[in-house]
This record gives sequence, C-alpha cells and structure tokens, in this order.
Amino acid sequence: MNQTNGGSSGFTGTMDDFRRKILEAWSLQPFLVPIYAVILSFVVGGVLIAIIGINPFEAYWALLRGMFGSPERIAGSVARSVPFIGSALALSFAFRAGLFNIGAEGQLLIGGITAAWVGTWAFMADLPGILAIPIILFAGFSGGFLWGGIPGVLRARTGAHEVISTIMLNSIALFMVRWIVNSRDPVILRDVEASVPRTEEIASTAVLPELVDSQPNLHWGLFVMIAVCIILDFVLRRTTFGFETITVGTNPHAAHYAGIGVGRILILAMALSGAFAGLAAASEVSGTNGFFQPGTFAFIGFDGIAIALLARANPIAILPAALLWGSLLSGAPLMQQEADVSIDVVRIIQSMVLLFVAADAIVRYLFRLRGEAGPHIDTASTGWTG
Amino acid sequence: MTAPSTLEPTVATEPDESELTSGRRLGRRQIVGLIFGGLGVALLVGLAPTITSENRAFAFEPPPDPLRFSFNPVTLVVVIGIVYLVTAALSFLPARYDRIALYAQLLSAALAIPLILGVSLALSAATETNVTNLFDESLVLATPIALGAMTGLWCERSGIINIGIEGMMLASAGVGFMTYAVLGAASSTGWLWGSILIAIATGGALALLHAVLSIRYGINQIVSGVVINLFALGLTGFLRSEVIVPSGNSKGVATSEFGIPLLREIPILGPTLFEGKPLHYLMYVVVFLTWLVMYRTAWGLRVRSSGENPHAAETLGINVITIRYQAVILGGFIAGLAGAWFSMESQSGFEDNMTNAAGFIALAAMIFGKWTPWGAFGGALLFGFARALGSRLQFLNVEVNEFGIPSEFFQSLPFVVTLVVVAGALGRAVAPAASGQPYTPSK
Repeated sequence: MNQTNGGSSGFTGTMDDFRRKILEAWSLQPFLVPIYAVILSFVVGGVLIAIIGINPFEAYWALLRGMFGSPERIAGSVARSVPFIGSALALSFAFRAGLFNIGAEGQLLIGGITAAWVGTWAFMADLPGILAIPIILFAGFSGGFLWGGIPGVLRARTGAHEVISTIMLNSIALFMVRWIVNSRDPVILRDVEASVPRTEEIASTAVLPELVDSQPNLHWGLFVMIAVCIILDFVLRRTTFGFETITVGTNPHAAHYAGIGVGRILILAMALSGAFAGLAAASEVSGTNGFFQPGTFAFIGFDGIAIALLARANPIAILPAALLWGSLLSGAPLMQQEADVSIDVVRIIQSMVLLFVAADAIVRYLFRLRGEAGPHIDTASTGWTG
Repeated sequence: MTAPSTLEPTVATEPDESELTSGRRLGRRQIVGLIFGGLGVALLVGLAPTITSENRAFAFEPPPDPLRFSFNPVTLVVVIGIVYLVTAALSFLPARYDRIALYAQLLSAALAIPLILGVSLALSAATETNVTNLFDESLVLATPIALGAMTGLWCERSGIINIGIEGMMLASAGVGFMTYAVLGAASSTGWLWGSILIAIATGGALALLHAVLSIRYGINQIVSGVVINLFALGLTGFLRSEVIVPSGNSKGVATSEFGIPLLREIPILGPTLFEGKPLHYLMYVVVFLTWLVMYRTAWGLRVRSSGENPHAAETLGINVITIRYQAVILGGFIAGLAGAWFSMESQSGFEDNMTNAAGFIALAAMIFGKWTPWGAFGGALLFGFARALGSRLQFLNVEVNEFGIPSEFFQSLPFVVTLVVVAGALGRAVAPAASGQPYTPSK
C-alpha cells in the first residue's frame, strides 16, 4: 500500500483515501439502478393486475408475505434460490469465456441423474456422510462436466456454434433421462414402487443435512453454492486460468497471439460451466428431494441465463440476483391463493427487472439519477463469433 | 446460389477460429469419409447377415391402390454399405478431386434416409410404410422453423441478433388465439383471419421493443432477446389463465385444408405439395419473398450492408438506424405468422410454452443455412423431416432382438441429426460482420 510514504501528509492522504473508500462502499449509488428497476417492474406488474380488476396492493401484500412472511417462508425462499445460484454460475462462467451456454438445462439433468445413480450405489450407505456427500456432489459435478464438455469440444474442434449444440443437447438429455427414469422394461434407474417416474432414494448418508424444515427445505447446499461463488470469483480475478478465460472471452484472436491455447480454454470453460450446473443439480438431489425426477429441473437452466445477465456475469452479484428470483417464485403461490392472481405475473415482473437493469438509461431518465449509463454486460458474448 | 455474392457473410477477413485451435492433421472431408467408411463396414459385416430377407415396401399415394416400391432389406443394406465404402475411398483422393468426394458424401448422406427407414421397417412387424405421408408431415412440421429462420435472417442480416424469436412466436400464438377465443368464440372464420393479423401485429410489436432496446438504448442484444422470451412466457401464461380459459373457448376451429385445382391430381407430388393449410403455403411465399427482396432489391442490399459494414453503408447515404428498425420489425411480423401457425393452424388452442424451443431451432436452421434464405429453408426441412421420421419410427414399433427401441430415442432423433449435421458436415459458418454490434451514427 502506502508504506513508502513517510510523514503526516502521507498519513492523512491514506486516511482520506480510506474514508472515501468507506463512503463509496456505503453509498447506495451502485445499487440505485437495480433498486429502482425492481420498483419499476412491480409498477408494471401492478398495472397488469389492476387491468384484470384486482387490487394490486392486496396482491403484492400476499406476494410479499409469501416471500418473507415468516421464518419458514424466508427459508423457503432462500432454498428455492439455491439451484438458481448454480445455473447462473454456469452461465456467468461461460459468458466470461465468450461462450453462451444455453445448455444448463441439459447439464442439470445429466448432473442430477449421475448424482442420483451414484447415491444409490450399495457401498454409499456404509460410508460416513463426510465422504458420501462429497462423492455425490462430485458425481453431479462430473456428469455436468462431461455433458458440458461436448459442446466445448465441438466448438473448439469443428466450429459448431455452442448455441445450437447446447439447445440440441438439452433435448437429447431430456429424452435420455426420461427414458432412464421411465423405462420399466428393462428397469434402468426407475423406482418401480414409486407412483411417479423417479429414481430410487439415495443412501441416507449422502443426504445434505437440513438447516430449516421449510417448503422446500433449506439445506447445506446453500453454503456449497456460496463457497463455489467465492472460489469462482477468486479464480476469475486472481489466477492465470481466470485471466486466460477472460482474455479468450474478450478477444480470442488476441488471446491466440498471446500464446493462450484458445481451444483448450473453450473446452475447459464449457465443461466447467456444465459442471456448475451439474453441482447445483446434485445439491438438489441430495438435499431437497433425495431422488431424481426430471420435472423438478424444468426452467432452472433457462432462468440461469436471466440471473447471470442480471448479475452482469459477476459470481458474487449472482447471490442477490438468485435470491430475488427464487423468492419471487416461492412467494407467488400465496398471491395466487389469496388474491387470485396468476403466478405468471411474477414471470412478467422478472422479465421487467432484467429489462430495466439492462436498459439502465430508462431508469436513470425516469428517476433523474446522476451519472452515466453504466457499463453494459461487456463480458456476455455480443456476437456469434464471440 | 445464383445471387450476386457481393455481400455474402461467408467472406471472412479475420483468421478462422479453427486456425486458432489447430492441431488437426486430417481435414473435415477425410474425417467425414472415415465415418462413412466405418458405417459401411458396420452395415456389411454387422447388419447385413442378421437382418430379415423378407420383402418390405415403401408405399406412395394415392391410398386405395398405392404405388409400391418393394425391396429386400438385405440388398438395400449391402448396396448402401458398398456406396459408403466407396465414398470413404473417394474422400482420400488428392485435393483436386475434392468436388467428387463432396458429391459422394452428399449422396451418402441422402442415402441415410432410405437406409434408416428401410432398416426400421425390416426390424418392425409392419411390411410397408407410406412415404408420401412422411414427406407431407415433414413439410408441415418445417413451417414454423422456416418462418422463424426468416425472422432471424432479417434481423441478423441487418446487424441485430435476435434470440427472442421464441418469445415473439409464443406471444403471437397466445395473443392471436386470445383474440380469436374472446371475439370470435374460436369458431368464426372472419375472426380467425382477423386474429392471425393480430398475431402478426403482436410479433411486430415485440420486434419493435427489441429494436428500441437494442438500437435506441444500445443494450446487449442477447439480453434484450432473453427479456422478450421471459416476458412472452409470463404474458401468455397470464393471458391463458386470466382471459382464454375464463372465456370458455379453449379449443376451436383451426384453418382448413385446401388444394390447388388440377395440380393436386398429380400422383405422389400432388397431395404432398398442392394440398395443405394456408399458413403453410404462406411460409413458401415468405421464404421466396425473403430471398427476392434481400438479394434482388435495393432495400435488401441496404439491409445486408447495414449488417456487414454499417459505417461504410452510412458513407453511401444509407440511414442504418432506419434500415435496422425496418428489418427487425419485418422479422417480427414473420415470427407473428409462425406464432399463428402454432395456435390457429397446427391446432386451435393455446398451451403454455407451446412453441417448445422452435424459435431456438429456427436459429439453428438459420446458422445451418449460413445466413442465407434457401440454406435456412433447407435447415428447416431437415429438422422437419427428422421430426416426422422420429414419430413415424416410433409408430412402427421397431425391435432389435426383442428389445423394443424406446420412443424417447426416436423423439430425440431430430436433435441428434441437427447436432451431427452442424458439427460434422458443415464448414464453419460466419455471421454477418456487424451482427450484435450496437451502432452509433457518426456525426
């Protein structure tokens, strides 16, 4: 820092610097746009609710109580956000490498079914939890890693654009896991006694411990996901691999001339992106359900796109973005029950939040905020060629 | 392509990415050749000795006494196997015979259709299958994909990436059917066409939103597309549960089939090409007009130059901003038509998320077609065919050693085909140079 600066002037300089930093850290300025964006989105949703003849304040009061009305509901909202953290991490990491991974949906399915399969292995029941839980999480991670690696290899070796290949792989994954879970003749992983198509329950030692018995239950997967966010943030900012990834994402040609193996980075980034999605699925299988059922993962991957964009591909910013997403979805049923408003209003509000955060010029104009329109999501790929 | 290729997006000045990720000794042609060689050996050694030698037949319309093409499955497999081996050998000729190898590989790829169909037929209990019908279904299923691909084409050739096609289609399907259900009780013909117009207008409105966000506010075009997809999902779900279902007209009458007189009497081709539903025909018109306008008019040239080099276009007095607005909104109208196909032609009714990723597949078709109208149309046909084939094979109940091939396998067929084609047989596609770049006019 300022060690070489002797004398009092240097000291006060440091103090001023320090004070300015503290003030900056506490200033609401960077958060104003997202806050106003959320308010504006609720206004748009409220107008829509009013059009169908329902008092929007009543509806929102129910929504708010559904989200945070009691400790159990708060825990439920947080629990609902946990898988979104994983899928948004997957998207963010790919964005940083200049890749657009629409395939989180499929990577979640493959990661989830791998985890559920490993979780039913006979020896898992004899292992202590401290070994069984990492094994099941690693299984999901690997499943996603392999499935996510396919579009990476295709992109690096044949040039097939990852947007297309991941969409195709999503459908292929869906049909594959459906077959694995549905098939009765031969039985592959189906629990034949269960009334709905799902796999057998995983060994009780491989279950992530529960924190709060909410709906859905909050479990240790939350901390796993937060840890991954912090690690990824560190990797991206402080390691050679992170630097190479971001360089490839910003300008693959420059990266090539700088001696970075572009193909290797593309494959690894895509595979790791899939792995984060797989990890999220494993945490759901292990902590929330105890088995794998394809329907539980619907839309988590697609919502990950929006959350990652909302967080501007920043691993730490994903946490509040995912919380907003999950709690809105978790609160919506109460709004439907009490105010008779379709839960789809929440989807509209979500799309508006993303809209206003991205188009912050609108928000700044409406609320007369100072400052330039903020930097756009420059890490997200802006074109087909990265 | 006979069109003047002054602005073909395949003209790349930057080094190809495959050069960045080099380390390949074999060319693409040789690798594809090797794959065909392996398939040929598998067919001759693995499949030919085990397959049934009872005759099977492909039937063609008309139904009462169809034309039949009868064949012995063993002969079919052996002949195609030999063709594949020859193709593999031709692929390793010196580079100047590359064209011969290309044609051989295209022929081999086309032969995969009778091969898959014939082998599946041999493995099932059925003795014949109606091929005319299969092509008919392929064309119908290609309709929304081809229309969506044209949407993508207009947007991207003008320089705006549109991944919101899916949302534009879904919203038009929902709003269009809502109009039909509420105002026309889902049965009045007049309101059916009125609602199709409303659907088209809805597509245009969402496209306008996309244009304003990405041109006026300069926000990331992918973000804007995601916003539109999310918004459409929420809006249509909301409209379905708050308006369509309460109206009591959740199902209704769809557009009806009609045939072109005289031409429909042609055997085999007639019923396939000249009998169908109106929006399906409109799809051909849209594809043709897209090509005509984009490559044969001054405005089309302006659109293409806005997408390739907007600054140069501006120097020539073209208003890039206006051109982009026009092209994106035109694309939105086309997406609206595709949406109307879902809720008022393919069936009459609206279900949540009924477009089911068709917009994304349309994007795939567009990239498959290397950003050209006919290429994208070809991609849509390929996808439509793979889907029709998938459901046909599912219907045939194919069994291998008394193990029924699961229906999920056939359902995933179109996606596998697209993946293999995009990854394997095609060269690298290069997008319009300025696609996705926000544009600020110079002062």
